[in-house]
Amino acid sequence: MATSENGAPRELKVIGHPLRKVDARAKVTGQTRFADDLTLPRMLHAKLLRSTEAHARIVRIDTSAAEAMPGVRAILTGDVLPEPFGILPVSQDEHTLCIDKVRFVGDPVVAVAAIDEDTAEEAVRRIVVEYEPLKHVASIDDGLAPCSDADRIHDYGTHDNVHKYVNLEFGDVEQSFEEADLVQEDSFYFEGNTHLPMEQHAALAAFDPDGKLTLWSSTQTPHYVHRALAKVLAPLPASHIRVIACPNGGGFGGKSDPFNHEIAVAKLSMITGRPVKICLTREEVFYCHRGRHPVLMWVKTGFKKDGSMTGMHFRSYLDGGAYGSYGVASTFYTGALQTVTYPVPRYKFQGARVFTNKPPCGPKRGHGTPQPRFALEVHLDKVAHRLGLDPAQMRLDHLVPPNSLTANYLRVGSMGLGACIEKVVEGSAWKERYGKLPEGHGLGLACGSYLSGAGLPIYWNRMPHSGVQLKLDRSGGVACFCGSTDIGQGSDSVLAYVVAEVLGIDPFAIRVVTADTDLTPVDLGSYSSRVTLMTGNAALQAAERARELLAQAVAKKLEVPAVRLTFAEGRVFDVEDAERGMTFAEAVQAAEAKFGTIGTVGSYAPPASAGKFKGAGVGPSPAYSYTAIVAETFVDPETGIVEVPRIWCAHDAGKCINPALVIGQIEGGVYMGLGEALMEEMTYRGNRNVVHHHPSMLEYKSPTTHEMCDVISYVIEDPDPNGPFGAKEVGQGPLLPVMPAVANAVFDAVGVRVDEVPVTPEKVLRALQAKARGRDPRTGPTRLPEVAWRPPMRVPPPWEGGTGEALPREGVEVTK
Amino acid sequence: MTESSGSTDPRMDRALLALHVNGERYEVAAPAHHTLLEVLREELGLTGTKHGCELGECGTCAVLVDGEPVLSCLLMPQDCEGLEIVTVEGMADGPELDPLQRAFADNGAAQCGYCTPGFLLTARALIDKNPRPTREEIKEALSGNLCRCTGYLKIYEAIELAAAEGRGEDAEFQRETLYGYE
Repeated sequence: MATSENGAPRELKVIGHPLRKVDARAKVTGQTRFADDLTLPRMLHAKLLRSTEAHARIVRIDTSAAEAMPGVRAILTGDVLPEPFGILPVSQDEHTLCIDKVRFVGDPVVAVAAIDEDTAEEAVRRIVVEYEPLKHVASIDDGLAPCSDADRIHDYGTHDNVHKYVNLEFGDVEQSFEEADLVQEDSFYFEGNTHLPMEQHAALAAFDPDGKLTLWSSTQTPHYVHRALAKVLAPLPASHIRVIACPNGGGFGGKSDPFNHEIAVAKLSMITGRPVKICLTREEVFYCHRGRHPVLMWVKTGFKKDGSMTGMHFRSYLDGGAYGSYGVASTFYTGALQTVTYPVPRYKFQGARVFTNKPPCGPKRGHGTPQPRFALEVHLDKVAHRLGLDPAQMRLDHLVPPNSLTANYLRVGSMGLGACIEKVVEGSAWKERYGKLPEGHGLGLACGSYLSGAGLPIYWNRMPHSGVQLKLDRSGGVACFCGSTDIGQGSDSVLAYVVAEVLGIDPFAIRVVTADTDLTPVDLGSYSSRVTLMTGNAALQAAERARELLAQAVAKKLEVPAVRLTFAEGRVFDVEDAERGMTFAEAVQAAEAKFGTIGTVGSYAPPASAGKFKGAGVGPSPAYSYTAIVAETFVDPETGIVEVPRIWCAHDAGKCINPALVIGQIEGGVYMGLGEALMEEMTYRGNRNVVHHHPSMLEYKSPTTHEMCDVISYVIEDPDPNGPFGAKEVGQGPLLPVMPAVANAVFDAVGVRVDEVPVTPEKVLRALQAKARGRDPRTGPTRLPEVAWRPPMRVPPPWEGGTGEALPREGVEVTK
Repeated sequence: MTESSGSTDPRMDRALLALHVNGERYEVAAPAHHTLLEVLREELGLTGTKHGCELGECGTCAVLVDGEPVLSCLLMPQDCEGLEIVTVEGMADGPELDPLQRAFADNGAAQCGYCTPGFLLTARALIDKNPRPTREEIKEALSGNLCRCTGYLKIYEAIELAAAEGRGEDAEFQRETLYGYE
């Protein structure tokens, strides 16, 4: 990519430079239009009545008092929209408004549209819903227990309240334990937590007199919202529905599902013939959730004396909440990426997700992988201690080689983890300080890896994952159209930078039009860290095609071979005689004269997965990012309070499209990980344990400026051939190692293990007290539930003659 | 002074307000129970002021009232009459950005940009009073503002740069801010 048409190396003018984002001025002047900033003439306001019961049959809904209120324009109940929806084709289990029963406190039951917000709110208050309570499910244990048909949360799933079992075996792990010098077994628990984007979800729908619907929404996935609207609002044709994703005021995965409120305002607009807007309250955002699953985990690994693994058996138990959401994918993800950092020759994964009567869990930054990464990295720290090895050196000695295939058929390309570990070891003076700091002070190291985009789309199809259209006009203007959604990560800017680099123009001169299902080609959405790699590649292809057209026309006009032309600084010229050339606008005019109107397209679809077994779709990615972190802690032995003054983070981003934005993602990821490590938790209270403990920003603890640590960021550039200019992801990876690095640093500081996230003062104190009494100096889960796993799918690893296909299934196993 | 809005809800009585915002005088009739945040956004169309909780928990809706950062979601506009209100729309001088805005834009201190107006105004109040704030003083001043994207670090660096500019010093971002450590 960094070559001109004649193959000579060309200095990159845009890529790799810390430029402003193309929308930076709008953001600092308050001009960015978020969904709730939009208003339309005759606009109505909507409010939702949400369930006060955790699990109940709806006996009666009386809306008469609300209907009688002046100013109320429409009231919508669930029976009007019987078609279910959901993000995954296998989990179409949500309704716009509950029809027969409610499944969690906060489940929407009635929607009201009124002339203003106050009237809508008052109308909601006047609606009476009579419930007949059902037995509720509050925990993983409850969810695994048998229940009557009447008490099941859903009438689909594996059995009772079990949503999904996964049981995959890549080689005989039992045999690998026999070959080991040391077998380590541990249990861990990762409490659920939530995205807490600063922007509350909002949506505005307008059904126009010509029968076309437009929805503006704070969504990360306009394409999937479009599909859900088309399904629920049928027979309204999909081609009559337009979804525009507004810039998101923070997403982190929390705006990647189609939501009830989006469909409700669309229908209310169709009923009233007027625009209808809703903005959720902060409390409602906690009910929408889709955040980190609470996960109980067990891991057993065989090691050789040098710290290499012989095999690993990993189990995860997920508390899914009341709906499917991305949960099936989340379940697979808790078992997918254990193999991409250190070689695991044989690997077995068993996962179970249960439904509970709580807000649904789904994808939060790292989607399903931070929990097992926490378990794995603390597990390795314990093993390093048992083997008398340095935890950093043990990892360095056993890294997955680049360009290799893992036991579970993930194809690793570039792999910069070794360089990452070396950077943070050096930066933190690990060798001089680890294990040698005064009591109360500690260092901890952990690593991680994440996808640069999911290898498969949410729904099965053979179409591109990302599309870009470029329009070049005779003024020299370039417009770039793409379905991707800017959630603050800078995806609009990535498009402009890539196109500007290829065409040799100013990125700020490019008009970027994104996230509009009517105007822009499909991009699947801003999730799974897919956007830089996938839209970047699509933009690159479209731009190269445009450059090719321009080069042909200019070559003819200047009578210079096209291979000798270069595009830079708004000109197209002969590399051997820079005076011989023309402006970019003149080049477009030449091309337009020769070929007609100039427009090009680019598409991207990831390479085919190496695994062919059922479940192989979760985990493959065109490229994996790598991160290493060292955290420094101070633990107060009197209070158990853990302070983290500093974190060193090295991240292999392949190649920085914009280094300042890469640093921003590293710092933001470390910040969010620190919150998860120390304080953030979605917990439930009361005698029923299903009522949200604290649906407010004050009581849901997240780091303020006082808790945030210093971050020493290093960027490792190990370009990946699958990334645009070699770029890989950075949005999610840096979060992953923070929690285990902090837990490992607590051990270094005071010699106790907190095998749970968050590492709260209570848990630290409990472990310190156990240590003082000569007991196991640990806080963490002590028992695992009994599960009747389905028979494993056996897939021999590549080095045991496997082809990626599964062997025929055998009998059932029961484990404790 | 109130007049009927035609609603059956007695809370819908309107207050006639005269507000000075960004150097301009506005006269509006707003529901008497609406907060300054709601009046700014819904009556004056100044949607640059955002909201994250509407309960005084997140700092997103911060504006300046007589130079002090206040949470507009907790303030009644009736109490602001005669006072000078500044929102993010009032920071730039025409196309010329406030040094804070420029610094936030230049180092990526605004990611999603949603909390940004609240941070900018809180920081403006800080450096107006204290042109040479230490890192600790910046943290203290911003401790009531939540940001979920940045981890605050780029925000501190932007404020330090703008403060230095305000003191007439030649300032630029450290290499580590833009490229990371070597």
